[in-house]
Amino acid sequence: MDEVLRVEELTKKFPGVLAVDRLSFSLGTGELLAVLGENGAGKSTLTKMISGVIPPDSGRIVLDGRECVSNSAHDAIKVGISMVYQELSMVGSMSIAENIFANRQPINAIGLIQVGKLYKDASELMEKFNLRINPRTLVKHLSMGQQQLIEILKAISQNPKVLILDEPTSSLTETEVALLFGIIEKLKHEGLSFIYITHKLSEVFKLADRVLVMRDGKYIATKRPDEVTTMDLITLMVGREIVDLYSGAQNQGKVGETYFHVKALSSPGAFRDVSFSLRRGEILGVAGLVGAGRTEMARGIAGLEKLSRGSVELDGEILKIRSVTDAIQKGIAYITEDRKTLGLYLNFPITFNLIAPSLDRFCRAGLMLVKSIDRFARDQVRRFNIKATSLNQKMMSLSGGNQQKCLLSMWMGTTPKVLIFDEPTRGVDVGARSEIYEKIREYTLGGGGAIVVSSDLPELLGICDRIIVMYRGKVRKELSKEEFSEERILAFASGLN
Amino acid sequence: MEASGLRKTDMRLVFRSLTSMRESILVIVIAVLFVVMSFASPYFLSPQNLESMFLGLSVEGIICIGMVILLVSGGLDLSVGSNLAFTGVVVGIAMTNGIPVLLSIIIALIAAFLCGFLNGILVARMNLNPFITTLGMQMFLKGAMLLAANGKSILGLPVSFDQIGQGRLVGIQYPVFILIFLVIVFEIVLRRSRILRTSYYVGGNENAARLSGIKVNRVKIAIYSLTGVMAGLAGIIITARFGSSSVTIGPGVELRVLAACIIGGASLSGGEGTVLGAFLGAFFMQLLSTSLNLLDVNVYVQTLATGAILILAIMIDQLNEKRKASRSIANAEKAMG
Repeated sequence: MDEVLRVEELTKKFPGVLAVDRLSFSLGTGELLAVLGENGAGKSTLTKMISGVIPPDSGRIVLDGRECVSNSAHDAIKVGISMVYQELSMVGSMSIAENIFANRQPINAIGLIQVGKLYKDASELMEKFNLRINPRTLVKHLSMGQQQLIEILKAISQNPKVLILDEPTSSLTETEVALLFGIIEKLKHEGLSFIYITHKLSEVFKLADRVLVMRDGKYIATKRPDEVTTMDLITLMVGREIVDLYSGAQNQGKVGETYFHVKALSSPGAFRDVSFSLRRGEILGVAGLVGAGRTEMARGIAGLEKLSRGSVELDGEILKIRSVTDAIQKGIAYITEDRKTLGLYLNFPITFNLIAPSLDRFCRAGLMLVKSIDRFARDQVRRFNIKATSLNQKMMSLSGGNQQKCLLSMWMGTTPKVLIFDEPTRGVDVGARSEIYEKIREYTLGGGGAIVVSSDLPELLGICDRIIVMYRGKVRKELSKEEFSEERILAFASGLN
Repeated sequence: MEASGLRKTDMRLVFRSLTSMRESILVIVIAVLFVVMSFASPYFLSPQNLESMFLGLSVEGIICIGMVILLVSGGLDLSVGSNLAFTGVVVGIAMTNGIPVLLSIIIALIAAFLCGFLNGILVARMNLNPFITTLGMQMFLKGAMLLAANGKSILGLPVSFDQIGQGRLVGIQYPVFILIFLVIVFEIVLRRSRILRTSYYVGGNENAARLSGIKVNRVKIAIYSLTGVMAGLAGIIITARFGSSSVTIGPGVELRVLAACIIGGASLSGGEGTVLGAFLGAFFMQLLSTSLNLLDVNVYVQTLATGAILILAIMIDQLNEKRKASRSIANAEKAMG
């Protein structure tokens, strides 16, 4: 295979971290190289250097035998390196065609855009990849998955030699993933080379010719998918053997009395007659498909949804929860599934975030107690193994896993009696996940009960003591540990059973 | 078979986008108002009334052109009213000090350009908030203008200069031609030229624009400068019309222009709007106030009505958006199978 791209000793330092450390690899024509690594391993920094968005401190990027120095994404595109970013770079108020050919619209002699040709070109491109949407449709009217596909078409239309994809399937449905993989195969046959960043190990085995593993900014190994197993790759990524992700969350047999009851809880249009109970020391899972009302139910208990009927009983007392404030005061904490927009203050320092739900505790006569706040934050960061350079670091600059740990620690710091986790490990890498599972179990060992809402079935099976399955707003089935199986849960979740 | 099926869908989409377009709605509303008013008031269709209506429109209409392009690119300029008065005073001082008319106009336009350019530098390069920056510029220019004019209007401008605002071609005053000419040119240029088209990318998604190789800062500075020049041009025209540099004009212009642009389909969050829409928005507002005047409606009620219509316009936008979004997702999904 001819080499199209070679990266030599690429290095990038940010204040306090060596993001990418003397990394080298090569990429052949028509090859797909998967880049695998935990959050914060330096994958994004690496690809941003190759695509010209950030300049490397040292090292060389050689394309077709010629060194290329790019000062902007535009420079890199011109020499043949295009990248599809994780965050979409579409203009919602413009049509598909104008987005694909942004700033490259065909123009006539006096500089006016040739509208007819613009839409014809876009149609032809979309036709080629079996995308049947009118190119005049405004991008804001497309689904996230469709926007992602258009984004990829935009990159392809720049006729690159190397295309970098950054977790392209994270917002796609099954059908769209299949469509995307078809497009990738076709382009590989035409000789286009890919760098494919992903979290999903299954995609590596489906698509990659070779997989490069990174850890802490360093090159770890390059393997062919047929010579490794999933476990091998995880070990390479994490740097230690994780025998069982869920081992830290196993129940050590200490389940106490039932102390929390939810009775016939209903909210119009979201869920109906939801009843269950929770015991001390127990992790109760809530399974169900998207739209089954799981999150709404969890939010309902925490005072975030309007309830029409039903009651919540804690330690024999019927709680009157009319708002989140009521719920927090009574000892019910809800940890959102959406840490970025609903959970954290991304622009603020770690300390500020950690104390946000427990301000009352750190005030005396209306004044903030600086010292005890500092002590608390220090303790939490240590206990939760949050990797940060200082307590004043902005939340935004932490990796996904560390952000999630902050979110957990901020709510567990309120010492709740009932703790509800909504998708506790979404977008979190393997290493941080096992730590989060340990923390959930640690909490229940202290005598509380945890409710875990999750779409990740292996996760529910791995950490829960009991699972309730929701279907169309109702509890369909309750399963005890001995009855756990993915098939059974799926059957109840889709209403087949 | 396939081809004809495609064409059919296209036509339907074209029709739908036509009927949902803000411009068409405004044209209809304006036409209805015209018909109603021509029956309601005998004076409405008289040449004098039409002329004064269009003259009133010309000044704010020209500023609308700059403002709507700025809004499309995600910017905002609250200093256009002050800039208008400032430019008027600059041109007045220049001429009363013996500088030839044409040169005075060029000097005044350069001054207006520099005000816009400075706004652009502060917002794009220094990354300052456009609202505050241009609010500051508004006060600054107002102060500078009053200082320069010593707080008094500047009278005794050359007759040849006054011609710009008062001269006629085939019985119609020049400012009306200037407005119509500029609206047509900028409507075409904003829609079809690659250079001004970039303003939609910048206003719609700045990062995306940058990644597409658009020089975002340069675009912003250019558009702020253009807005400044448009305000200056309006200042020169209004000064010529009055035959004197007034120090009391200006306040409130920026908000009326903003309202016109938004009624015409622009959005404060950027990425949306057209020159024709903004012009029709301004036209509609002018027509409304003329009509209410002729019908002897209390002046305070006119202000109240304008405010209500502005809110109504953005409400309709919001509702339309939701409806369209759900419909096109359903369509797109059907298309993808």
